[in-house]
Amino acid sequence: MGEFKVHRVRFFDFMPSGIRCMAFNSKADRLALARLDGSVEIFNFSNNYFQEKVIPGNDSRSIEAICWVGCDRLFTAGLNGEVVEYDLERLCPKYTLDAFGGPIWTAACNSEETHFAFGCEDGSVKLFEILPDKIQFERNLDRQKGHSVQRILVDRGPAGTRNKDCVVWNVAFLSDYTIVSGDSAGKVQLWDANKGTLIKTHLVSKWDVLSLSVSENEDSIVAGTSEGTVVQFQLLSPKIGDTETQWVRTRTFKHHTHDVRAVTETRTAVVSGGLDTQLVICPLMDKVEVKSSESVLRKVIFPHRSLVSCAKKPSLLLFQFPDQLELWRLGGTDTIGKPGESLPVTRKPEKLLQLKRKGDDHICCSTISECGHWIAYSTVSSIRLYQLQCDNNNISITKVSKLPKVLRSAHQLQFSADSSKLFVASEQATIHVISVSRSECKHVHTFKPKSDVFLPTGSSAPVHLLAASADGQWLTSANRHCEINVYNLKKLKHHCMVPVYNSLPSAMAIHPETNNLLVTHADQQMFEFGIVDKQYTDWSRKLQKEGLHRCRLKWGTPVTHITFNPQAPSQVILHDMHMFCIIDQSLPLDGLKAQFYSQLTPKDTSETDKPRKNNALKICNKYQPLLHVNLLEDDWLVVVERPLIDIHSQLPAPVRQKKFGT
Amino acid sequence: MVEQGEIRVVRCGGSTINYRKAIFTLDSKYLLCTSGDMVKVYSTATEECVHVLQGHTNLVTGIALNPTNHLQVYSCSMDGTIKLWDFTDNILIKTFTVGYKLLALYTSKAHEGCVFVIIPKENDEALDSFQLVAVRLPKSSDQEVAATELSFVLNDVSQLPKCTSYGREGEFVASVKGLHLTVYFFRNQKTYRLSLNATPKKGANNIFTCVACHPKEDCIATGHEDGKIRLWRNFNRKKEYTHSTHHWHHSAVNDLSFTPEGTNLLSGGIESVLVQWRYGEETKKDFLPRLGAAIAHISTSPEGSLYCTSHSDNKITIIQSNLRVSAVIQGLVKGDNIKTDLMIDPRTKALVLNGKPGHLQFYSLQHDKQLYNLDIVQQEYINQSGLHQFDVVKAAFDAQGSWLATVEERKEKLADLEIQLKIWVYKDEMQSFVLNTTITSPHEDHITALCFCNTNETTMLVTTGRDGRFKAWVLGDDSDIYRESVCWSCDFVGTYHNLLATNCCFSEDGSLLAVGFEQIITIWNPNTWDLVCTFCQPPGKIKDLCFGRLSCSKYLLGTTTNSFLCCWNLLTCTLEWSVGLNVILLQLDPLSENVAAFSCAAENSDLFVFRPNEPRPVYLQKNICQGSVQRAVFTPRDVPEENCSESSQWLNRSQLYFLTRDMDLMTFSTKTEEDRLTSSSKQLLIEENVPVTPFYLLLGKHRQAKLDAENGTLAAQVQLPQGSVAIKELLQTPAHVLPSATFLCTMFVNSLLISKDGKSEVPEEAEEEMESEKEEDETSDQEMDSQHKVKPEYFVEELVPKLSKKEERDLKRVRKTDYSWLCPFYGKLP
Repeated sequence: MGEFKVHRVRFFDFMPSGIRCMAFNSKADRLALARLDGSVEIFNFSNNYFQEKVIPGNDSRSIEAICWVGCDRLFTAGLNGEVVEYDLERLCPKYTLDAFGGPIWTAACNSEETHFAFGCEDGSVKLFEILPDKIQFERNLDRQKGHSVQRILVDRGPAGTRNKDCVVWNVAFLSDYTIVSGDSAGKVQLWDANKGTLIKTHLVSKWDVLSLSVSENEDSIVAGTSEGTVVQFQLLSPKIGDTETQWVRTRTFKHHTHDVRAVTETRTAVVSGGLDTQLVICPLMDKVEVKSSESVLRKVIFPHRSLVSCAKKPSLLLFQFPDQLELWRLGGTDTIGKPGESLPVTRKPEKLLQLKRKGDDHICCSTISECGHWIAYSTVSSIRLYQLQCDNNNISITKVSKLPKVLRSAHQLQFSADSSKLFVASEQATIHVISVSRSECKHVHTFKPKSDVFLPTGSSAPVHLLAASADGQWLTSANRHCEINVYNLKKLKHHCMVPVYNSLPSAMAIHPETNNLLVTHADQQMFEFGIVDKQYTDWSRKLQKEGLHRCRLKWGTPVTHITFNPQAPSQVILHDMHMFCIIDQSLPLDGLKAQFYSQLTPKDTSETDKPRKNNALKICNKYQPLLHVNLLEDDWLVVVERPLIDIHSQLPAPVRQKKFGT
Repeated sequence: MVEQGEIRVVRCGGSTINYRKAIFTLDSKYLLCTSGDMVKVYSTATEECVHVLQGHTNLVTGIALNPTNHLQVYSCSMDGTIKLWDFTDNILIKTFTVGYKLLALYTSKAHEGCVFVIIPKENDEALDSFQLVAVRLPKSSDQEVAATELSFVLNDVSQLPKCTSYGREGEFVASVKGLHLTVYFFRNQKTYRLSLNATPKKGANNIFTCVACHPKEDCIATGHEDGKIRLWRNFNRKKEYTHSTHHWHHSAVNDLSFTPEGTNLLSGGIESVLVQWRYGEETKKDFLPRLGAAIAHISTSPEGSLYCTSHSDNKITIIQSNLRVSAVIQGLVKGDNIKTDLMIDPRTKALVLNGKPGHLQFYSLQHDKQLYNLDIVQQEYINQSGLHQFDVVKAAFDAQGSWLATVEERKEKLADLEIQLKIWVYKDEMQSFVLNTTITSPHEDHITALCFCNTNETTMLVTTGRDGRFKAWVLGDDSDIYRESVCWSCDFVGTYHNLLATNCCFSEDGSLLAVGFEQIITIWNPNTWDLVCTFCQPPGKIKDLCFGRLSCSKYLLGTTTNSFLCCWNLLTCTLEWSVGLNVILLQLDPLSENVAAFSCAAENSDLFVFRPNEPRPVYLQKNICQGSVQRAVFTPRDVPEENCSESSQWLNRSQLYFLTRDMDLMTFSTKTEEDRLTSSSKQLLIEENVPVTPFYLLLGKHRQAKLDAENGTLAAQVQLPQGSVAIKELLQTPAHVLPSATFLCTMFVNSLLISKDGKSEVPEEAEEEMESEKEEDETSDQEMDSQHKVKPEYFVEELVPKLSKKEERDLKRVRKTDYSWLCPFYGKLP
């Protein structure tokens, strides 16, 4: 392994949006999560909690409620008064429908999944029938017309807050006719729905109870509060062996600093999200059978995909925000220091360009060419390509106006290594090859997915990852059905398909010299596939047999980027949120159990620790949390960090809480 | 020469009452608590000690009410026995010998004929492994029974009783140790072990400290080192148990207790705040703050009206269920360290020593009761670790007890030493000491000793300091136009070659002052402040210094660090004698020439009592206690003893008390003394059974007269009131069916009077003679001496009373008075 000079980049001001609501689909084992900016994310819980799909937001859309129907239909409703159903393959809204009741605050689906109810601003509840391809208005339940069977008045809070109005933020209805309510006075109350009487009051917080969720078998309720706590109630019998049960407050989780706006309970975990933008999956240890990936507390803060692209030669970084792109030139230094020393910056990093998107739709993907002359980005509705002229200090940008007609929207964009071609993974699961030059942009070819008899539905899955080889001969694509296809760019035809592994690819890259494809999956597995030989390499087989060190598995966030060291071709650099590691393919693997020599810190690289040099795996977790790691030329390693404290400083102040000892 | 065994070292009062949880009786009238080798029964209403259950020969480690008879209590002890007592009458009913050291005792209604005890594994405490076992108590009418049938319940439990608790209806037992909670179900004999994480995260410390089980539901509350309280439910599953966490205490939870109905959970810790959590609504809490000292144990009365907390300062607080303190039972406060000497307040004869932080306590040894606390520092004590606060380090009384001098110190690590010398005067009108003078920084370094001049007109106080000076303070006039007052001021500062002044002592008549400067003793004349002479015994430094008394006042005694006890003759200024003895404490009897010297060798302390005029001990006793003696004091007796034997004569006028290393207050008691104590306690018992009523007072007089008569001649004999039919009727008929008091009174008084129908004293006498004749017939073979002894018993059965004229007159007067006021008392008759 080598020693690197590191650009420690901290000027990517990426700010995740707060979580507004979420819904868990136990049949599909997927969580749908809506953020304040209108974007929807889908996490696959059976696949290492991988962020499978992201539906980009829209400025006009604000989501207040989200709901699954069946395994694969997702609805949201929001303050613009519209109900949206999403196309989960193309990752865009399928249709929108106005409920005609003003802003919609809440939505629920009945257990038979035949009807939807939407609670509207005007006080009415709109009932919609769910049809196979759409939803249809059925009834309007108006509060004036006396439909209500029971009328329950929630009293105000404890003494001291009595003059404040009490708002019921959330209700849940249990099958035994118990109503659970959470209100702004910090109470979780249980009511008898038949009689309309109060059963029990639990004072949970000094502030609001914002969210409630009932587990599937109705033996547990979780409530999220403004203090950032999640409180669990369990249905227990006071005497062991007795059939009489009561709701008892049991656990309190405190993983959030701000409002917990959404909370839900899966079979093994409590999932909560809130204004502090992180999704917390807190395992219920009593439900987890064995020590596995399920028994670890997880916090998802950043997207499981790369938001940074890097132009290596001119040392440019392209940062993708939902509403703009930023192009930065890295700074530099003249001094040469000792290992471990931080060098003074003599040339400051420079923001070259801030490119605001057009329209309401948020940017879903972007890329910059290796030479730094081309920038492309895509929204749900359009793709834009820009040419960049950079002469010393003058920078000019021109939009390529005439794009081929086939380009409408992309899920992934990638330039070829020589910057002559742009690969566009379209929403129709095809890959367009566009040749770009200063004069014109021309559609060269469209790779259609190879229809597979064994996977009848697999053919239509859109591609979410692209990788092109350095010699310009190979292009690989991975789609959401875990299929990885290899295309020959010279012959413009499908070359082969990598054997399907049952976990989504999270990152892939083609080795510049050997043309081996390296793929990492969401479950932390790594494969190397020889493209020319159409088979897994020996190293890959050995890796599968012996495994990497378990330190690699510790964090559990997926690898989001893979790159190679041009100086030492056997070295692979890959990173996830918590660390980056260098795997030397020429060195023997050390297996799962071996004594691990950690850290890339220069202190440890003294001669006394010779044996560690023989390890294939080197880990560095000095930089956290990582958004991007890439190798520039001349041994420069660029590391993009986004310190959590910077995110917290941009959040609004949390509710005041008295802390003991302060 | 010295007879062993006649003088015993005994624990004498001042023992801890906070060692184990106190328990309430079923009617909440009495509170039982362990106290050394005894169990004390306190009245919850009056705070008085009603009975002392004596009988164990080692530390009592647990008490529990007999679940089948609530008037009986079990106690277990380190001596390996379980004793069953009737605590209302102070009767030992049974003794069960188990043969193991017993560390805790539990009873359960569901397990009849069985008690649970914690014993050390293989009866060896050093193994640090303890077991919970069930002891089957054999049903036998014998007083002493061997209980050998032990059945094992739980292995590896904590030896502390608060770490084990019995659940609802005795169905399970929960025990905590380290990071594990073990629950054992008796019905299916299954054990569940629930564990917590050891990783200290965010200052968490999950180690269990105590456990309590809900009395009605299956819920276990546990306390933890970091102050958290966890409520466990569903603990009969391997995995799906659940617990909720509540956090108020900032340091370890010392004890937990559910109220009998389980509606509230009480917790306490070092914060000295009793926290009452509502079960089911744990966010609502009630607090009882400022309880004085850290809470060690909490218990509740069976009907739930009273709580009681035991505190680390040897105190029991009885608290009503509305969180009002109703009574405080204060034992002798023993901190980790007694900085002041043991002293005797000359006025109250009370023992005076450090009490609560910043206080001096006055403890009556006769009544085994704290008299009062004197706040010396007069600053709020803040309970926080690492905070240095003023504490009383030295105190001294003058001979009359009208002046008290105290020294308080505060030493912060980086700051200068702060010392205050306070002199207090006793005010008769306030019956307490009042601050007279405060001297800030009397010395520039620690004060090593202080003493008053022991003459009748006390006007001088001498202090010695590590700054090499000794200072004399005298009482002077401080009057001004507003008031008349006196205050103390410095009169003389003496030094000797810049050596550290370590001790000071006045001779008995106050004519000489001895000040020790490291190796050298200097003798000063306090009137002229001339250095009279010096003594030294190099190389040892002077540890203790005292003048002899009474006939031995010409001697000066000193102990040195190189293990010498020296006696100098002040007249000849020569060393009279010296003995090689490692004396750690030298204590003078103020009423005799005797001097007690404690020495320590090989982890045991020895006592030597001697007179300064001869280097031969009057009495010596080896191995009086483990470790070195900390402090000792002679206290004058109220009534001098009459010990004839030579070895115990030194205890005739004074009693010697000492503090052991473990802060136990011990004393030496002679055989005659013990005999007298036991006899008096028995006598007391009979008297206590007679209720104190106007009748009793009146009849008491009769009995006194009767006793007089017994002692003297064969004068008037009076029967006991129990014999009267009228009284019997009065006492046994329920109050609500009794006729009016006025009617009864007439009848009652009539019954006491001699019938007026013409009988005079003559036939009485004739009758008596007749009786005595009869008696003589019966006991004709007995000697005449025994007659007097038999007679009273004989007369008890006799119904005819015999009264003197004066008593008759009294009774007549009684008869005329109006007794309607008695009505309300009828309800109170037993």
